[in-house]
Amino acid sequence: MKIPRVVMPVLDKDIRKTNFEEVACGYTLPEAELEASRCLNCKNPRCVSACPVSINIPKFIGELIKGDLDEAYYTIYDANILPSVCGRVCPQEKQCEQACIVGIKNEPVAIGALERFLGDYSLKNNILKESKIIENGIKVGIVGSGPAGLANAAEMRRKGYTVDIFEALHEFGGVLKYGIPDFRLPKDIVTTEVNRLQNMGVGFHKNVVVGKSITIDQLMNEEGYQALFLGSGAGLPSPLGVPGENLSGIYYANEFLTRVNLMKSHHFPESATPVKIGNKVAIVGGGNVAMDAARTAKRLGAKEVFVLYRRDMDALPARLDEIHHAIEEDVDFRLLLNPVEFIGENYRLKQVKCEIMELGEKDASGRKRPMPTNTFKVFDLDSCIISIGQKPNPILKESEAALEVDKWGRMVTNNYQTSIPGVFAGGDVVSGAATVILAMGAGKDASIEMDKYIKGK
Amino acid sequence: MYEIIKKQILNKDVDLMVIHAPMVARNALPGHFIILRVNETGERIPLTIVDVDGENISIIYQKLGYTTKLLGQLNVGDKLVDFVGPLGKAAHIRDVKNVLGIAGGVGAAPLLPQLKEYNRRGIKVDLVIGARSKEYIILLDQYKKYCENIYIATDDGSLGTKGFVTDVLTELYKEKKYDHTIAIGPLIMMKYVVRLNKKYNISTDVSLNPVMVDGTGMCGNCRVSINGKTFFACIDGPDFPGEGVNFDELIARQDYYHEEEEHICKMKLVTK
Repeated sequence: MKIPRVVMPVLDKDIRKTNFEEVACGYTLPEAELEASRCLNCKNPRCVSACPVSINIPKFIGELIKGDLDEAYYTIYDANILPSVCGRVCPQEKQCEQACIVGIKNEPVAIGALERFLGDYSLKNNILKESKIIENGIKVGIVGSGPAGLANAAEMRRKGYTVDIFEALHEFGGVLKYGIPDFRLPKDIVTTEVNRLQNMGVGFHKNVVVGKSITIDQLMNEEGYQALFLGSGAGLPSPLGVPGENLSGIYYANEFLTRVNLMKSHHFPESATPVKIGNKVAIVGGGNVAMDAARTAKRLGAKEVFVLYRRDMDALPARLDEIHHAIEEDVDFRLLLNPVEFIGENYRLKQVKCEIMELGEKDASGRKRPMPTNTFKVFDLDSCIISIGQKPNPILKESEAALEVDKWGRMVTNNYQTSIPGVFAGGDVVSGAATVILAMGAGKDASIEMDKYIKGK
Repeated sequence: MYEIIKKQILNKDVDLMVIHAPMVARNALPGHFIILRVNETGERIPLTIVDVDGENISIIYQKLGYTTKLLGQLNVGDKLVDFVGPLGKAAHIRDVKNVLGIAGGVGAAPLLPQLKEYNRRGIKVDLVIGARSKEYIILLDQYKKYCENIYIATDDGSLGTKGFVTDVLTELYKEKKYDHTIAIGPLIMMKYVVRLNKKYNISTDVSLNPVMVDGTGMCGNCRVSINGKTFFACIDGPDFPGEGVNFDELIARQDYYHEEEEHICKMKLVTK
C-alpha cells in the first residue's frame, strides 16, 4: 500500500491573513515518522547530490525512523548548521525533493519538512552537539551575519580560530532578519541560532559597516586578522528604470520588508517606525521576495493586493509553497504585464501603466520570452512594491580599489579567494541574489580554503 | 551601547550631543553622517557628524520629530542602543579660491565641518546664515573662527537683515564674486538658493537629509532624482551638486510619513 505524502498542517487562511504567525505549523512526531517511512533508502541517493550542502538525507531519515532524533539532528547539523531555517526556506522542490525517486510515480518524500522537524526538535529541547574546540589563537574576520557569514563562522570556529563577525545593522542574521517575514521564518529561530554560535565563542559586533567604520586594510594590517570572509550579500535593490519610479508610495521590497521585519512597523506606534500601504497594492516581480511582500501587504490590511508579472504562472521563480499560500490569501496574479510608467499626483503614486506582453520563443533561461505588444492597461494604486532582484552593495568595493568585481558588482573569486590575498568571499555577494542554502554552502566551502591559506602562510 | 558624554542646549529646539563611539570616530571625515536608534523599539534616523574628537562624535539635532524629541529627553550618562557610521561619502572639497557657505536653521550644523575643512586648506570662507529669529541662529561663535565675513538673515529681523538668505545673497552678489557655494538647510531654502545661484552662474553643493532606514544602500527610501537619474543619498551622497536636484519630489518624499509622525508624538510623548 502506498502512503500518500503527509500534508503539513497550516493556519487557517482567514485567520492568518490578519496576523504574522507562522503559516506552516510543522509536523508532529507521528506525522514525521509516517512521512519518513516513505523514504526508499536508495543505495545511490540522488537527493544527497541534489542538496547544495550534501546533507546525508537517507541517513538522517533512517535515524528518525529508529527514533534516534538526536542522532538524526546531528547528521543534518554536520552538513548544515541551520536546519530549522533551511527546512523552511529552501526551494526543496527544485533540489532534494526534485531528485527523490519516490517522486517519479508519487509525491516525493517531504525532505524539507523532515529537516525542519529535526531542527525545531533541537531548538525546543536544546539538543546541541558538544564539540571540543582546540584554540589556535588565530584571528579571522567575517563581514555580514547572514547565512554565508554564519556558516563560515561555525566552520572556522570548529577549526579553532578566533572568529569575529561584523554586522552593519543592529541585529544579527542578515536577510533572515530583515528580509524573510515572521509568517515564513519566526525571528526567534534566527536569534536562537545566533545565540548558539555566540556560545561557541564566535564574537558578534553590530553597527560595524566594513568599508566605512573600518576598512579591509585596517582589519588585516592594523587589527591582525589573518583572513577575512566577505558575506555581505546582495542588499542593493534593482530599479525598474521607468518614469515615475521615485513617486511617494513606491517602495523597493527591501525597504518595505525591512520596515516590517526588522523595524516591526506592523506594531506602530509601539514600535517607532511607520509603514504606509493603503488599500490597492501592486507587487512587481515573481520571486520569493515578491511573494513575501504581497503577503505582508495583505497582513497590513491592504484590500486588493496583486502581483504584476511579465511572464505566466509557470515561470514564477518563487517557491511553490509561497505561491500556493499567496493564492490562498487572496493575492491576485495579473500576468503578462510589464510596468512601463508610474503616474502620480503631487508626487504621490496614483496609477501604474503596464504593457501587455505575449510569450515568444524560449530565451536563455529556457522560459518563453515575454514580448511587448504595444497595448497597455492602467491600474489604480496606493502603493507599489518593486521586487525584481538585488545586487551586491558597492560599499566594500568603493573602499578597497584592489577588490575586483564584475559589471554587476559581484566579487570576482578564484576558489573563494578574491583579488586580495587572504580575503575570501561567498554567497550572494559572489553569485548575485540566490538562496539561503547556496550562501551557506559557499560559507562552509570557503572555510576550507581559508584554513588552507592560513596554514600555508 | 553608546554613552552620551556631553549635552549642550543651543536653543529651545536644538541640542548638541557628544557620543562615545570609537568605531564611528576612527574613519570619520567632514560630510559623513551616522544613524542612531534611541532605544530597542526606536526608529533609525540619520544625523550629520558635526565634529570628531578622539573617540567621540558630536551631533546636533532639532527636536522636530518623535525620535529627535525622545533623544532630547536623554542626558549625560544615558546610553543610545545603536550608533553606526561613518556613512555616506565624505564631502567633496573643491579646488577653489573662495567659497560661500549658506546655512538655514539647523542646517548650520552639517555645514560647519565642511567650512572648517575649506578653511583648514587655506581657502577663503564667507557665510550667509539665516533662521526664523535671533535665538535660532546657532554655532555663530564656531563659525567666527573659520569665516572671514558673516552675513545674517532672520525672518523677523531680530538679528541681521530682515528676510531670507536669498535676500542677503541677492545683495551680496552685487558686490562680491564666489567660486563656489555650499547650501544646507530646509529643502525649500536649498531649492531657492540653487535657483538664484544658477542666475548668477555660481555652483551650489547641497546636503540632503531624506528619510532613511538602513543608511547603507539597502532600502532605497532616500532616493533622489538628479537630472532625471536616481541616486541614493546614503551611499551616493548626502552631498550633491544642487543644480539638477528635483527638490519638489524630495519635499513630497520627506512629507510622506507626516501623519504617522504626528500620531506617534501625540500617543507616546509626554509633553513637558
